[in-house]
Amino acid sequence: MKMNPYKMELENISKTYPSGDGTLVQALGPIDLRIPNHRFVSIVGPSGCGKSTLFNIISGLLDNTEGAIYVNGSRVDGLTGITGYMLQKDLLLPWRTILDNVILGLEIQGTSKREAKAKALPLLHKYGLKGFEDHYPAQLSGGMRQRAALLRTILYDRDVILLDEPFGALDAQTRAMMQEWLLDLWDDFQKTILFVTHDMEEAIYLSDEVYIMTSRPGTIKRHLLIDLPRPRKPQIITSPEFTQLKEEALRTLSEETLKAYQQEAAG
Amino acid sequence: MPSEGDVIERKGSLGKLRNTPPPRTRTNALKYEMSAPKPWLVNIGRLSLFLAVLLLWELGAGIGLVNSFFWSQPSEIASTWWIGVQTGSVWQDTFYTFRSTVYGFLLGTAGGTLLGLSFWWSKYYARIFEPFIIMFEAMPKLALAPIIVLVFGIGMGSKVAMGFAITVVITTLTTYNGVRSVDKDLVRMVYSLGASRLQVFSKVIVPTAIPAMISALRINIGLALTGAIVGEYIGSEQGLGRMIFYAGQTYEISLIWANIFNLSILSMLLYILVGKLEGYLLKGFTHK
Repeated sequence: MKMNPYKMELENISKTYPSGDGTLVQALGPIDLRIPNHRFVSIVGPSGCGKSTLFNIISGLLDNTEGAIYVNGSRVDGLTGITGYMLQKDLLLPWRTILDNVILGLEIQGTSKREAKAKALPLLHKYGLKGFEDHYPAQLSGGMRQRAALLRTILYDRDVILLDEPFGALDAQTRAMMQEWLLDLWDDFQKTILFVTHDMEEAIYLSDEVYIMTSRPGTIKRHLLIDLPRPRKPQIITSPEFTQLKEEALRTLSEETLKAYQQEAAG
Repeated sequence: MPSEGDVIERKGSLGKLRNTPPPRTRTNALKYEMSAPKPWLVNIGRLSLFLAVLLLWELGAGIGLVNSFFWSQPSEIASTWWIGVQTGSVWQDTFYTFRSTVYGFLLGTAGGTLLGLSFWWSKYYARIFEPFIIMFEAMPKLALAPIIVLVFGIGMGSKVAMGFAITVVITTLTTYNGVRSVDKDLVRMVYSLGASRLQVFSKVIVPTAIPAMISALRINIGLALTGAIVGEYIGSEQGLGRMIFYAGQTYEISLIWANIFNLSILSMLLYILVGKLEGYLLKGFTHK
């Protein structure tokens, strides 16, 4: 046991793959992250930098080559079921109703269906899915499905939630609405959120801290503290403070995006 | 081909384009393309065609154009069939074949589904079995009939075994393909919720494979019927196949036709039943 003020710590996390000719290729890291409790932290990086690999490692779906992960001071690398995890695809089971989908995490943990439903229904009602409990995913719009997927993650009730571009496939209006909604959820449930996005504006608007990653193999290039006051109104994105942060962040990111492009062009 | 004159003329008046066909009103041909045939007219057409064939056959046999020794004739077939109805043999044979078919169908479908699903459990086991399954699928299973009748006897067992052999492999392959088509991200998501392998199997793999299994039902019923009939050809005491085979050997051509008629009715009945089952299952399991 380590005693510390952090909710989650990544120490020296890296991932290497054996390549075709037997040499090792570094895909990610080393990465060190320290995330305090109830923080909203975003990770932005050029595509292919290994953000999703990082999330797969944290959620225990992929083994890290080196390093350690601590949640609440206990070592958890290689373990699944420690964090809540949500992807851009809603990944709702098409043969289950929305209610049955939302309780999937609880069901897997062994909660009885009746109990799980009793727990889920008030949440569905409160968070905009009232009347859709018995619908099937195919009957819902993309935004509604992402709501259900997010509620499934919330209901799974882990302290740390990983969101991998959850709104990436939504149209701009729906996306703005979902951002508000996510902030409400985050506030109500006091979760620690790790959020991957391509959209710098989204990252700054939502987060307390933004990490910008380098091109592959991804490491942390820059750490930005976003000390804009909360609760934030959507209009904040036009304020000078916001614009300045965004400009600075984008400049850092574009250097890496260019590097990533050159790497790709060089083969 | 446009000439220079066209261009000049185009400038002045749009209405006077040379070489351009005049706009057409909606033609009858287009109206026809967009229309649907009237159901009652279609039904009359079908009935007339059927009756016309029977009539020509009957007349042809009457004037000696059709050799009724080889082809028999409708009136004779009808009276043979009616005798069968009166003695009850029609019902007996049809019911016997019906039962063999349904048992073979159920066993083969269930067995194939279980086998197909079982391949998900071990990649080695699946890889080792794969070529044998495909080899067995490529082989005409009807060729097994003599062995199956030898082993299972001339009772219903051999007909059920035929139906099983002919449906089990196709169901296995269909189910296995369904299992393999599972969305890998869905599997990862369920694992990320801390699921065990058994939980992934029951909550993702089985439901994914069910539509594939349902799609196999309609194919299987036809195959099981074929299996039962061939089994009856080889050796049986009852059944439509046995009657057809027996009638063929004794040159009772009208009896062959009468039983083929029964077989067609049975086959249609089975298709309708399985179609209903399929619709019911699809409604319950897929929500598109």
